[in-house]
Amino acid sequence: MRNTAVWSPREAAPVSNAGDARMCFAFARFRRQLAALTGIAIGADKQHLVDRRLYPVLRAHNVADLFELTQLIDRPGNKALIEEAIDAMMTNETSFFRDRAPFEAFRARILPELMTARARERRLRIWCAAVSTGQEAYSIAMALDEAARELRGWSLEILGTDISGAAIETARKGVYSHFEVQRGLSTTHLLRYFHREEENWRVNEHLRACVAFGQFNLLSNPADLGAFDVILCRNALVNFGPEAKRSVLERLAGLLAEDGYLFLGDAETVDEAASCFAPTSNQSVWRRRTRPRPKLALV
Amino acid sequence: MKQVLVVDDSAVIRKVARRILEGLHFRTSEASDGKLALAECEKMMPDVILLDWNMPEMDGLEFLCALRKLPGGNDPKVVFCTTENEVGHIARAMHAGADEYIMKPFDQNIMRSKFQEIGLV
Repeated sequence: MRNTAVWSPREAAPVSNAGDARMCFAFARFRRQLAALTGIAIGADKQHLVDRRLYPVLRAHNVADLFELTQLIDRPGNKALIEEAIDAMMTNETSFFRDRAPFEAFRARILPELMTARARERRLRIWCAAVSTGQEAYSIAMALDEAARELRGWSLEILGTDISGAAIETARKGVYSHFEVQRGLSTTHLLRYFHREEENWRVNEHLRACVAFGQFNLLSNPADLGAFDVILCRNALVNFGPEAKRSVLERLAGLLAEDGYLFLGDAETVDEAASCFAPTSNQSVWRRRTRPRPKLALV
Repeated sequence: MKQVLVVDDSAVIRKVARRILEGLHFRTSEASDGKLALAECEKMMPDVILLDWNMPEMDGLEFLCALRKLPGGNDPKVVFCTTENEVGHIARAMHAGADEYIMKPFDQNIMRSKFQEIGLV
């Protein structure tokens, strides 16, 4: 029987040169694997973070150390272990109406503009592409519900996806703690859209019915999801390497309607795919460029 | 700098709330029940009142009703901050004229978020 007690993040301190080399090799390999699986680029100085986050996964699966984990990731038949390792590396930080300003822009400017533009087909599709535990999608659903009178008879679709199966499961349930419902959510919204469920708060059925959730990896081809009028991909690409970020942004541009909008996190830009998007008056909201900006070339 | 009156019968809660609010750049003062808080408001009306529900002498809801009848008593924003976390309690407070509602226990993120909701952060 394997003795898992021999390894722990604290004990990862040097035991021998051979041990050091083994763990350095394993860490470098895990960084490559994580980038290939998720697009996330972990800094070379973040071994302590990786050790700390993976420790419970290694224990749960009786895996001796990071070196063995990297071997198991490359072998077929370890889907559950890989998913748990990926989940452990995710930062699921989110809140209702996070950063406020983008949601204000959506409510005050973008939604009315799209309603005018879609007056004939009366259809809007919105994708929260890195929705984490669902707060962002429910925030959009609340914003649409507040315009319910003007949107009567419209077909409204909100899709929330995330790479983490555990996060999507939470999003589907729509059950949030006392702390979660007090971050970003006004008391008026809380009373209107939530009810108590034991010690927690649950999103009301009519709002949950507006949102569909599914697991989706941003590195996959999203063509099957169809076209969207608005895509929110907030605070996910900030952790991606430049090449992965560029390819994701280009794919998102391909799914956006010609007059559609992309929402990124406040600290994110479209630099890697600048030819696809044009800035708007809100720093984290981008329009699709209908005519790609020509690339500058030295002649 | 806006003035917040912290009204709570717990000295510990008053201390924690004042520390958080001062970190958010508010000036703070305190009262340990509704009656003392009303006397404070008659002397000088604060910009915001952070208000507990269950207190001796005069509870939070009674205080709120009395406050709104004072000259200038509609001006301060009132944020309840209480262990009462049932929907009925929250609805009663909002119906009585509260601007926001914090369910204890709270932390700095919650306090900031609720003060953002009333437009003061």
